[in-house]
Parts: sequence; C-alpha cells; structure tokens
Amino acid sequence: MENTTKRYWKGVEELRNDATFVKNANSEFANPDPSESPSDLDGLLGGSNTKRRDFMKVMGFGMAAVSLAACETPVHKAIPYLNKPEATFPSISDYYASTYTDGGDYAAILVETREGRPIKIEGNPLSSISKGGTTARVQASLLSLYDIDKLNGPRRGETVIDWATADREITSQLASVTARGGAIRIVTSTILSPATKAVVADFIAKYPSARHIMYDANSAFGMVQANQTSFGQAVIPTYDFSKAQTIVSLGADFLGTWVSPLEYALPYAQGRKIGAVGSGKKTMSRHYQFETGLSMTGANADYRGTYKPSQEGLVALALYNKVAAKVGSASAGGASVDIQYLDKAATDLAATRGRSLVVSGSNDPNVQVIVNALNNLLGNYGTTIDLGKPVNYRQGNDQQMNAFIDEAKAGRVGAVLFFGANPVYDHPRGAELAEALPKISLSISFADRADETASLAKYITPAPHFLECWNDAEPKQGSYSLTQPAITHIFKTRQFQSSLLTWAGKPNDFQTYLKSFWRTTYYPQATGFDSFDAFWIKCLHDGVFETSTAQTAAAGASFAGNVAQAAAAVTQRYKPTTGMELALYEKVSMGTGSTANNPWLQEMPDPVTKACWDNYAALSQKTANDMGLAQNDLVTITVGGKSMELPVLVQPGQADNTVSVAVGYGREKGGKSANGVGKNAFPFVSTVNGHLSYSAVNAKVEKASGTREIAQTQTHDTVMGRRAVVQEAKLADYQKNPMAGRYVPKVETSEGPTETADISLWHGYGKPNHSWGMVIDLNSCIGCNACVVGCQSENNIQVVGRQEVINRREMHWIRIDRYYSSDAEAEDFKALEVASANPEVVFQPMLCQHCSNAPCETVCPVLATTHSTEGLNQMTYNRCIGTRYCANNCPYKVRRFNWWKYFDNDNFDYHFNNDLGKMVINPDVTVRSRGVIEKCSFCVQRIQEGKLTAKKERRRPLPDEIQTACAQACPTNAIIFGDMNNPESTISKTLEVEMKGRAFHVLEEINVRPQISYLTKIRNKDEMPKQETRQESQA
Amino acid sequence: MSHVTSAVRTPLVTGGKTYADVTEDISRQVEGSPTREWTIAFTISVIVLLYGTACVFWTWWEGLGVWGLNKTVGWAWDITNFVWWVGIGHAGTLISAILLLFRQKWRTAVNRAAEAMTIFAVLCAASFILMHMGRPWLAYWALPLPNTFGSLWVNFKSPLVWDVFAISTYFTVSLVFWYMGLLPDLATIRDRARSKVSRYIYGAFSLGWNGSAKTWARYEYMSLILAGLSTPLVLSVHTIVSMDFATSVIPGWHTTIFPPYFVAGAIFSGFAMVQNLMLIIRVVFKLEDYITVEHIESMNKVITLTGSIVGVAYLTEFFIAWYSGVEFESYAFINRATGPYWWAYAAMMTCNVISPQLFWSRTIRRSIVWTFVLSVIVNIGMWFERFVIIVTSLHRDYLPSSWAMFHPTLFDISDYIFSFGLFFTLFLLFAKFLPVVNMAEVKAIIKSSSEKLPVSVSGVAKGERVTNPTFNKDAE
Repeated sequence: MENTTKRYWKGVEELRNDATFVKNANSEFANPDPSESPSDLDGLLGGSNTKRRDFMKVMGFGMAAVSLAACETPVHKAIPYLNKPEATFPSISDYYASTYTDGGDYAAILVETREGRPIKIEGNPLSSISKGGTTARVQASLLSLYDIDKLNGPRRGETVIDWATADREITSQLASVTARGGAIRIVTSTILSPATKAVVADFIAKYPSARHIMYDANSAFGMVQANQTSFGQAVIPTYDFSKAQTIVSLGADFLGTWVSPLEYALPYAQGRKIGAVGSGKKTMSRHYQFETGLSMTGANADYRGTYKPSQEGLVALALYNKVAAKVGSASAGGASVDIQYLDKAATDLAATRGRSLVVSGSNDPNVQVIVNALNNLLGNYGTTIDLGKPVNYRQGNDQQMNAFIDEAKAGRVGAVLFFGANPVYDHPRGAELAEALPKISLSISFADRADETASLAKYITPAPHFLECWNDAEPKQGSYSLTQPAITHIFKTRQFQSSLLTWAGKPNDFQTYLKSFWRTTYYPQATGFDSFDAFWIKCLHDGVFETSTAQTAAAGASFAGNVAQAAAAVTQRYKPTTGMELALYEKVSMGTGSTANNPWLQEMPDPVTKACWDNYAALSQKTANDMGLAQNDLVTITVGGKSMELPVLVQPGQADNTVSVAVGYGREKGGKSANGVGKNAFPFVSTVNGHLSYSAVNAKVEKASGTREIAQTQTHDTVMGRRAVVQEAKLADYQKNPMAGRYVPKVETSEGPTETADISLWHGYGKPNHSWGMVIDLNSCIGCNACVVGCQSENNIQVVGRQEVINRREMHWIRIDRYYSSDAEAEDFKALEVASANPEVVFQPMLCQHCSNAPCETVCPVLATTHSTEGLNQMTYNRCIGTRYCANNCPYKVRRFNWWKYFDNDNFDYHFNNDLGKMVINPDVTVRSRGVIEKCSFCVQRIQEGKLTAKKERRRPLPDEIQTACAQACPTNAIIFGDMNNPESTISKTLEVEMKGRAFHVLEEINVRPQISYLTKIRNKDEMPKQETRQESQA
Repeated sequence: MSHVTSAVRTPLVTGGKTYADVTEDISRQVEGSPTREWTIAFTISVIVLLYGTACVFWTWWEGLGVWGLNKTVGWAWDITNFVWWVGIGHAGTLISAILLLFRQKWRTAVNRAAEAMTIFAVLCAASFILMHMGRPWLAYWALPLPNTFGSLWVNFKSPLVWDVFAISTYFTVSLVFWYMGLLPDLATIRDRARSKVSRYIYGAFSLGWNGSAKTWARYEYMSLILAGLSTPLVLSVHTIVSMDFATSVIPGWHTTIFPPYFVAGAIFSGFAMVQNLMLIIRVVFKLEDYITVEHIESMNKVITLTGSIVGVAYLTEFFIAWYSGVEFESYAFINRATGPYWWAYAAMMTCNVISPQLFWSRTIRRSIVWTFVLSVIVNIGMWFERFVIIVTSLHRDYLPSSWAMFHPTLFDISDYIFSFGLFFTLFLLFAKFLPVVNMAEVKAIIKSSSEKLPVSVSGVAKGERVTNPTFNKDAE
C-alpha cells in the first residue's frame, strides 16, 4: 500500500521532467533524442526517420509483435537467441581466458559467461604468475563492469556528443596544438600492455610533441631507482618467497598491497605449509615483519616489531649493520636504532644466507639501496631474487609526474590525455593540477565516469571496462597474457587504444592491431605452431603465453651501489622525533581508490581491522589513552597546513605515537557507493627528493568534537582463551608431536572419560555416495578475503551498506575471523578481552560447517533446513518462514537473515537496485526474498553441475573436479574442498594424514560433527617463557 | 462444592453480603452505563492499540529490519515479550484449575478476571509469535495441515512446533473453561436485562442456561473435568516454552533446570499481574468486599513461594555452570552478571529475588500499596529475566568473532506497547460487558465464609436455584 504512493522514475528524464520528455511521455516509441537511443533500435525502427514506404513494414512488424505479445506474458528485456550461436547453450557457462589489469595490478583470469554475460571471474591456473589464484579486487572487478554510474558515451564538458563529433573536434584541436608546437602529455598509470605502448608510440609519431608519462598512486619509483643505482637496471626484480627460509619485510605489505601480492601469496604460503598439505615437510619459513601499522602481512608474521616512519631508513640500516657484523662484513656506519626482534632477525638472516629475503616497502631509493646491499650481502640474488625477470607492475616515475604538474601550472602544456589515471584525486599535488587543468586548451580523459580529473577535462571519451576490451599484458619479462572481450560494449564506449589510433589517423580496429602486433612480436618467439592462427588461437584459449627464452643471466648481477653513501643519506634524513607521525597505507580492499565505487569492495571487511565503508585513524591503545581518545572519537590530523577529520580506531600492534590512515577513500566523484566514504589521504603524501613519501613526521592529532561509528564486522578482538575455537602450536613442538596444540575434549561417562564423538543421541545420516567436506589450513590462510568476495559474486550475496554493518547485519556467507592474542591469564575474562600491545594474529575462515548433527536442522519448525545424503546442510528458502531459531542455535553464527528486501529497494541503492547491476546475478542461485534465512550451501549449484556433467559422460566426478567459489578464489590454496568418500581426492588424502595430526573441528566438544576440519596454526617461533614474552612486548 | 469451613477462618466475603447483594454489586457494571474511569481508560487503551497496530503494520510491511536484531542476536524483545505474556497467562489456569482441585475457596473472587487475563495474555503472546516471523503470512506452515506442497510436514523435533501445540491447546482449554464458567452469570444478566438487545445477546451466549439441578450438576462435573484437563497444561505450557531454550546448544539456554524454573516464574509473574488488575478492579468497581485483603495476602504468599523457587533456580544455574566445568557455560553466566548487560541481570535479581522476600512482613503483604508496587516490580523483573536469558546468552556465545550487542529500536518498543494496547482494550471490554467476579461461585461461598449470615434471601436473581441456606452453626 505504501508502495503505491511512491514514485518510480523510468529515468532521470522523468525525474527532471524536462521538456523533451514531457513532449514524448505519451508516445509509445518515445525517442526524444536520436543520439541517446540505443543503436540497435535505430536499425530496427529505421531510426527517427521512418519513411512513408516503411509503413507496411512497420505495420507488419507491429502486427506480429502484438499477436506474439497476446500469446503470453511479454518477456521484458530478455532477448532470446533467434539463431543459437554455435557452442553456446542457454544456462551452460562458457569460460574465456582473459587478463585482469588495473593500473599495474595483474591477474590471469577465466571469465565465466552466461548467454554472453560475464557472471564470475576465476583465476587462470595456466599462468605461472597468478597460478589460478585471485584477490578480492580481481573477484570484485566483475561488478565494476555493471556499474550504473558510468558514462554511456563521450562528452564535451557536460554535453553528450557522439563519437564522430568527438573525433572531429579532438583531431582538429590536436592538430592545432601540434601546429603551434604545444606539448601533448599522455598521463597514465602503469601500462602493462606492450601493444598499448605501441599504440601510444604510434600516436607520438603522429604528434611528435607528445610524451607519455606514467605515474603510480602507490609508487615504487624509489625501488626502481635503487635498482638502477645498485645494478644498473631500472626495474623491479622477481621475488621468490617459496625459496626463502627467513623472510624479513620492512614495511612491505607483500601479501596485501605491495607490488604484486597475488604473485607472492602462493610461494609464501608454500614456504609455510607443513604436514600433509606441505608434501610432508616439517619445516617452514620464518617471517619477520617490521612496520608501523599492523598490516595483513604483519598479521601473518612469526615475529613482528614496530617502528615509527621516522625510523624507516634506520631500521634497514641497523639490520644491515647487524647482519654485516655477523657475516664479517664492513659496517655501513650511520645512526642506529633499537627495535624489538631486529637482532633476532639479523641472526636468522645470517644463518640462512642465500635462502633468505629482505624486502622493504619504502619509496626512498637510499633505503632500497641498503636493502639491496643487504640481500647482496646475504647472497640472495640468483636464489630468492631474480633480476633477470624484471616485473612491470610499477613503472610510474614520480619525477616525470612532478615535472608534468609544474609544466601544467606554468601553462606549458597544450593538450593532456588521462588514461587509467585520476591524478586530481590520487596525486598529492592533485589540487594544484585541478587549478591548472582549465588552463590547458585540450584535456581529455578516458575515465569511465566523470571522476575528479575527468570532470575537469574538456572531453571525456570513456574507455570500457577490461572485460569489454581487447588487450594484452606483459606483467613480467617473458610472460605475456591476452585480454579478450567477454561481452559487447555495454555503453557507447571505445577503447583507449582505438581512440588513440583514430586520432593518429590509423585504422582504429585494435583487435586487428593487437593480432598483428603479436604476429610480429611474439609469434617469432613461439615454437611448435604451424601458423600464426594456431598460435593466436592457442594464446587466446590459454590466455597466457610464456616464453622459455627469458633471460636467466641474473645470478651474476653484481651489486654496484654505494651503501655507505646511502647510509649517510639515510642518517641525514631519518631523525628521531618526539611528536606524532602519520603513516599512509593501502587497504587490501580499496588500494588506491580507483575502484571505490565497487560495493563489494567497500563492504569487504579489512583483513586486520574488520572495518568496512570507511577509513580511519589507527592509533595504538597506549597513544589513544595518552591522548584521552577512544574508539570512534573524531580526531583532526594536521600535517603542514592540511587537515582531515577521521574517527579513531584503536589498533593493537600499531607503533606508539603514530597514526595510520588508509588512502583510497574520500572520493568525491567516484559514484554513489564511493562518494563521501572516508576522507582522502592522498594530499598528505609528500614528495621527498623527487620521490613520493607515504608518511609524515610532525603530524598533529587533536581531538575533534563528536564521534563517528566505524562499521566493523567483528568487534570482539580476542578469542578469550577458547582452545576449542583456535588451536595453534609452535613449530618445534609440532616437529616433536604432530598433534601439538590440539585440544581434545573429553566427556565424563560412567565408563570414564570418552571422546565426544563416541556418545550421541543421534543416529547420524548416511552418506552413501558423496560426502562433501572441506579442510582449511590456518597456516596457509593469509586473511586476504578473496574467498569472501568470490562467494559474494558466486552466490548473489547482498550488499547492505555502512549502517547495516554497524547494525551487525552483513550478509557474507564466509567471513575471516581475526583474533588477536591477549596477555591475560586463562580465567581472567575481563583482561582476556584486551588484545596485547603487539599481538599475535590468527585468521580463521568461518562458514557453514555443514554439521552432521546440525543444531539448526532440529529446531526449524517447518523443515526449511534439512540434511542431504551427501553431508550437506541444505537451506530451502521457499519453505522458510523466518523464525531465526536456526540462526540462534548455530554455534558458529554463520546463518544470515534477510532483514529487509535488499533488491529493488532505494534504501539499498547498490547493484541490486538497477537493471544493469542485476546483470551480475548468477542465474543458478536464487536471490533471496526478505524474511528468510540464508547461508553457505557449499556452492550446491556447482556440486550439482559437476555431478550432472559426470553423469552425462557416464563417469564418477573426478577427485577435486568440483570446487566451491571460496576454494577456487583462494590464492594460497588454504581451502581444500572435495569428496571425503573419494579416497583419491586431496581432502581425503590430507585428512588421512592429519586426522591424527593437525586436523580439528571447531567446537568439537558440542559434537555437531562438522564436515569442515581446520589444520592447526603453526608459528615458527622459538620457545620463550611467557613472562619473558610479556616483558619484551612491553619493551 | 460446599464443605465445612472453620469459624476461626477470616471470612472471604466481607460486608455481610446477601445473594442479592452479590448479584447487584457485580451486575451493576455490566448493566449500567460506562463509568468515567472506564471511558478514560478505554480511550487510552484504544489509542495505544491504534498506535501499536500502526507500528506492527509497519514492521510487517517493511520487514524485521526495523527491529534492533542482528546476525548474532536473532531474538530479543519479540521472544522476551512472547515468553513474558505466556508466563502471565499462567495464573488464570492455575487459579481456576489447580486451586479448584485444592479447594481453595478464595479463588472464586478472582478466577474470572484471572482467566480473562490468561486468554488476553495468550493472545498477546500469540501476536509475538506471528510478529517475530520473517514471513508471517506463511505462519500456517507451522501447523501440520494437509497440503499440496508435496510431502511437506512440520518438523516434530522442533520445540517451536511443540509450542504451537502447547499454546493452541492451552488457549482453547482456557477459553472453554472461562466461557463455561461464565454461563450461569450470563444467564443471570440475561434474566435481569431490560433491553431486548442485551437480553438477546446475553441469552445467546448463555446457551439456554436454565438453572435446573441437572444443569448445575453438569456444570460442576464439567468444571472438575476441565480443571483436570487444565492442570497438566499449567505445567506443560511453560515447560514447552522453556524447551525452546533448553533443547538448544547455546550456553545459558542449554539447561535442564528450565522447565520447573520457567513454570515457577510464570506463576510468579501471573500472580503479580492478577494482583495489579484486581487491585484496580476492586477499587474502580467497588468490589472491596469480594476481593479482600485476605485474597491479596493469599496471592502474595504464592508470589513469595514462586519467587523463592525462581531465586533458587538462578543460584542453581550458577552453581551448575561452575560445577560442570564447561568453559562456555561458565562464561555465559559470568557474562550475565558482569558483562555489558549486567544491569539487566541486576534488575532481574533485584526485582525477582529480593523484592518478593519483602512479603515475609505481614504489614507489607497486607498493604494494598506495597502489593501493587511490588507486583509491578515483579513483572518488570520477569520481563528482564527473559531478556537476560535470551539476549545475554545469544550476544556472546561460542565464537567471540560474532559477539555483538543488541540495541532496541523504536519499533521494538512500539510493538511491545502494541501488546499492552491489545491487552488492556480486551480486558476493559471484558470488565465492562461481563461480570468480573464469578457470581455463582461467590454465592456458593457466602454461606460458609461470609462475615455475617444473610438476613433474608430476598432479591435473588431469577434463574438462580435457591435452597434454604445452610447456616454455619459454629459461626453462630
């Protein structure tokens, strides 16, 4: 009843009620503006100029349409195939190999499409770089394809124009700029695509005054320069974390955000896997992390020390000097600094020479030179570091970008093109650029929306999403990868490359260009192909092409850097301070904020803080206490005249007297999910000696009035000493006893203590055919949340928004529980609630455990949740009446209730509120209505599909053939899914070994018999009496 | 029904009431025009009901998101209110059934109103059963109805299904018992009625009562049979409601003590509510001679007894939580007393354990004001008891990652207010249009327990079978 009084608009035209709309409101084929009507309709109706002679044709069509429509309810917006394309079957997915790129971020992917519509992204296992893994951002990039806030065609300022007009005007203006000798600048983020670079070169050939400037909002320019100084190569090398026995990271969040986390995750995890999942090995790498805020990588470390940004260089130097002393090399001199565990790290490094790795997240070339020297001292080049396979993820040049902004301010730029770049937002000098932009006579942005930079540009010529594009990528020397479109262009967009080719006066078919580029560039390197077409088809099919002829002459790379000079420079720059210091970091979900309008990413909880939909000022408990601040209090952070107001988040593990703030928030023109979320911290990035510096000393943090509640999906930080939940052990203990750290509850009976599983009221369910189960390795899980977003994408999980997260109603079916250790004694519950100042962290993926004695099943009054013969706990949405008894009785609290109708609801204005966004829906999974419970189904639609495929082929499902979305998304293979009745499956083999080892059920003592087992977390720590640990952490 | 009562016992009806007085005093309300007090009270109740209905409608229209529940705390005020109202509903049947079997004559003055209260309270409770569902329009799926959905049946393992049976049975039996008990009084009013309409209506509802010996005999048998049927129900309903919690795996819910503890708590709160209602009725309707301080004192004794049982149960829970050695159970109880909801626990302990102990003092237990205030406190305490059991157990259960707080919203509160509107509207309608005291049964005890002997038997209502009074010789 309420709804009838609401007004729904067919479009913004109706809302604005503009004159053309009113005029055409009652005409059946409202076609007010030819430029706005879809092009295919043009063909159908003969455009706006239907002629007299077409009368019979249109009439006939109309008659046919009317009589068809009379037969049954008209189908809205679903256009069935008239001629079924070959090899495409309705409701059967097609997979296309493609490549995800976002600036310098790379992943080889498989795109699952349904009837020409991408619905899921998976990792491509053929890639030696991403190895079938994905990150949360890769998973979520799918949703950006269906972003309603994107532009649907080119614009001149606010005016909608067509491509012909845009091309005509831009070409003539480019010509006039060139004629008068004006500088043309193409400003982009890192471009991984060699073909695109060739296009840019073609463009520059046509317009000689053009220059290509690359910059990265998350710059690694310092590293590139350091390698130039040290080895004469301006590159970033390949790191192999799997070969490193000692890993020391100085502020590099290499599992979350640093350079290429997806590439590093699996090798890192391989070094940490142990027991059955680690091919029987009983050793693991030891990971030291020294950093300011607690990063996801730091949370995985065995030992973690904290430093202030003003100590960044000194820590590297001190580590160098300590190692040098141990290996008998000369000290580099310079100032020293004392950080907890630094000595220990040096000892371990010295003991594992050639099998260790030191990385630094610093953008200061001097620090990176010291790190290079240290790795060189340890003999890591050629073993864990491969300079012969440089990576291309970060090609940005801070100095060139700075010079460009200077030029722009001075009015020396005639034309500028922005592609994949939003410097007004994400460059520290964005405000200066915003002032300078109107002075540039021709400014063009290829952004898909009128973002902070594009809205100031004269023209926006939107480039499509990568899933609509042809492209290639060279993430690493010798590794190539193709992007192919998985859908036709949704809006009237055109690829950046096609636009440049058009303006360069060349044929603008980039597909042909790309093909011929590959024919001339890579085909000669390939062997074993009869023709280029065979090569091309193979590359398209595989998505990746890797040459075996990559240079391997790296081992001999000789260090030529001057470490003493670097040490002097570092000592010069890094001085002790007494005040507050600001450290800027990227969030695993949001990165530099380019995909801030993606509600999946906005709602993805940060791995460490579990906060979403905001950035905040992370302070240590001690600092917060000293300043009289509590969680959610607003503070004003001031550095050098700039200030921002953020809520406080008390962060265990944060260095005292520092405040960490994430960049990537505070978008103003990003779209409805991005705008106004958090504050923009990029203006606080500074330039030191031509390099971006992501920290600031002398920051002022003052209490502001008011509070802002931070939306967190987990508000209780510690595990309260509950060993039935998280079980962990030290490596040395594990080596002695594989069951170390296991907690085996016993129940008292008249016959003495027995294991819980021996007594039960229930008879259990038979699982005669399959028994689907899961093993989750707590040692491999790095907490990255790829599974969370992968599940969200696969299972049509709703986004609920900031306020509903605060109301503790997020809908994720899988979550990563994060627990901090506490210093308290076991029974002191009040003290157990408080995390240690520098805690140990454990990540525990938590999803429906598919209990064999499921507490939820017995309590449902209407049998809406029942047990299958394959060990699945099933949820029948249609039968659910919403008593929520099952959710209350779930010991794992994994059931989710639809508190509202989340689709077609203006209060939840995310992708389920518009037809474009709904294209992301997986047609195999029901969209749940309000008032019903939902939960993890073990991707029952995939199980069903896999079984049917096997049945059609008259065979049993192969071991590991069927995978859940979470297991498939996991970059570290921490989740093993499979049939526990099939002895050949990985899960069976793993459990066979680990049932008497690390495998445990969470809350075993309530005997619900989950189908999910966890493997204990093993920390590579030396035994240390508890008292000593505590003193050290207080030190 | 009559038996010898010792003369030393204080009379149950004071003021030397005759049969005629009884009829007159009690029928006065029904026959007269509404009093000012009644009109005001009724208007307020209806306004509250309308406001509440609007809020309930909005809850229904928008979804349960309007409440403060979350992924961790799936029940809060909804089920708290449900259990609270069901508990209140216990007193009626206890008074009319168990006290009947125990020959507690004082019950005759209060059983009618208490039974009416029971029925209305159960209705309020039922409204929360419907309201708490995500899709209340499908509530009938919880009934084992033959259907065309396939071989779908209800889950007989689910305590919620047991609830459906227990509460619907209880409601049916209570309603029948109450209505049967009304028959002689309805006939009395029918016979006294002046207007055709009321004669017709009361006549229809009195089911042709003719006051013959046979009718009375059947009435007596029927009362006994229904009392026998209801007695197990008094124990079963709250036992089954308690199993909603006791059969679960949640620490703080999974407790075998719940059935007796819930039954005692239900009687405790039910009697408190009866006290509140009767104290108002006796003043407003001038029934002080029928509902005397003796009645109040008797009920206060029941309150003290059941309150003490509840108190012992609270302590036993704590002891068992410690004695069991189950860390989750221990923590659940430590958290109740010292966690973020300590205030709810403190409110519960103060109201339910400490306050009824004041009734050990004769002065307090015979004081109208004290009784009224303490009864209100007991009902607040019992509401908190259910809140504590439901919310503090859920909000911190097994996995600390999911621990959450529950904060009520306007709709949690308004939907609770709705039930008050419903309850008082129905109760005031009852009080106006039906005799609030069972005239027939009170007359039965006048002979044995009245303060003075009736001087004459004039003015006896028509239809009433009058025998020569059997005087209590001892009293003379």
